[in-house]
Amino acid sequence: MRCVDGAVPFRGGGFAPADRTVVAILSLIGLVGLWQLGASAGWIGSLFLPAPVAIGRALWALTVSGELWKHLSASLTRLAIGWALGTVFGIAVGVAVGLWSAVRSPAMAVVAALFPIPKIALVPLFIIWFGIGEGSKIVTLSFGVFFPTVIATVGGVDNVSRSLIRMGQSFGLPVWALVGKIVLPAALPAILSGFRVTSSIAIVLLVAAEMIGADRGIGAFVLSAGNLYDTDNLLAGIVVLSLLGLTVAGAIGVLERRLLRWRG
Amino acid sequence: MNAGLRLTLAGVGHAYGGLTVLDGIDLVAEAGEVTVLVGPSGCGKSTLLGIMGGLLRPTTGSVTQQGEIAEDCLNPLTYVFQDFALLPWRTVAGNVALVLEGRLPAAERRARVEQVLTLVGLADFAGAWPNQLSGGMRQRLGIARALATRPACLLLDEPLSALDAQTRELLLDEFAGLIATTTLYVTHTLREAVRLGHQIVVLSRRPGRIRHIVRIDRPLAERRSDDPDLIAIEAALWQMIRDDAAAAARERLDAVR
Repeated sequence: MRCVDGAVPFRGGGFAPADRTVVAILSLIGLVGLWQLGASAGWIGSLFLPAPVAIGRALWALTVSGELWKHLSASLTRLAIGWALGTVFGIAVGVAVGLWSAVRSPAMAVVAALFPIPKIALVPLFIIWFGIGEGSKIVTLSFGVFFPTVIATVGGVDNVSRSLIRMGQSFGLPVWALVGKIVLPAALPAILSGFRVTSSIAIVLLVAAEMIGADRGIGAFVLSAGNLYDTDNLLAGIVVLSLLGLTVAGAIGVLERRLLRWRG
Repeated sequence: MNAGLRLTLAGVGHAYGGLTVLDGIDLVAEAGEVTVLVGPSGCGKSTLLGIMGGLLRPTTGSVTQQGEIAEDCLNPLTYVFQDFALLPWRTVAGNVALVLEGRLPAAERRARVEQVLTLVGLADFAGAWPNQLSGGMRQRLGIARALATRPACLLLDEPLSALDAQTRELLLDEFAGLIATTTLYVTHTLREAVRLGHQIVVLSRRPGRIRHIVRIDRPLAERRSDDPDLIAIEAALWQMIRDDAAAAARERLDAVR
């Protein structure tokens, strides 16, 4: 027997992490500040890792000269076309796999066989098939985006409540309406989560494809700067890629808030 | 509202794989009447409703429909679901509009949405999301969506079972006022059966066969939950079901063990 005398101990806190934007921004600023401090104090060599101020100067020079826009516009065009193609085909195949037995088994076998292949390894093959120009780069991106989109969409469609589909059928909705008004909106949260993954994959593949046979694009610029050990410009290119990733993630966040506002 | 369809079931049976859940069902659901299906858990009530509504194919037998369908009827056989089956990404008005889109011009569609939402008392919530509604309001929305198609036959699958007792009681009275066509109603609750049913079909435990059919001819508007006659019929129904319900419960326990 054990006697107790006092307040009931509280045991229910924690496990509820909150997003604090200010803390996130301050953390980044703090990290860059420390980096600049290390460079200014001479602890970090400029060739080893250029100081943030030097990278900023390189970025400014690239912007003023129009060089940045020349590379960025080429990359953005490839990214937009490649990602859009991979996404549209991925969603279409994912919905078909999720809904129809005749498509499911063959398509999933193909996806399982091809998804693990590093897409970068296929770039030379795509160059042979689609030429050294834009075709091979866009196909590389699309191919890389396609498979995760299929997998995310199939997961989303598999989780659509069958009760909602039966409801649609019981009201005599045609197949296009069942898919467009019930299946796709219900699978949208999973598809949008997939966008976060595929946009990152697309940026990685974009740079890789531009490093093989391109004279324009952020990937080509980074490769060229690296070959010259021009680390200021190399890091400037990497900062641009990082900002590009942040912008895309932000845009997806806006899209999620807008399209999924019903979740409250 | 339509007078309704007459549905005739002849020798209807259904099996899921090797498991027979319904056997030899011969039944007529008369036009304009409420036919309630009751019976112990697992006796195939919802399966029978699915067959009558064309959502399930019977393994044996057939279901035929007779009657005239009004010009403004958009979906002769219309379901109301136990779990409401509302689209959470559409507003209250959007959920009703779903079943009218592509079938009515926009102005007529808006008018019909407004009309049925007013009928079920949800006109002020047209712009709300389903997750902002109470359980009772969600099922009223399910009813509004069904009524918007001006059905010739309503099929309700335990429409009140997901609701609390007070809301159930209130909605039961509302249903009695809203139902004006052939209605097939599945329930576990005998109180609902005697409050709404013109014809109460008592099914046996699995495989479900018709054990009794009880008729109540008193108009729905004249029925009250505390009516001694209805209470007596409810007690009689329970006598018919009790042994089967107990045996069905024992079977489920044995299956778990």
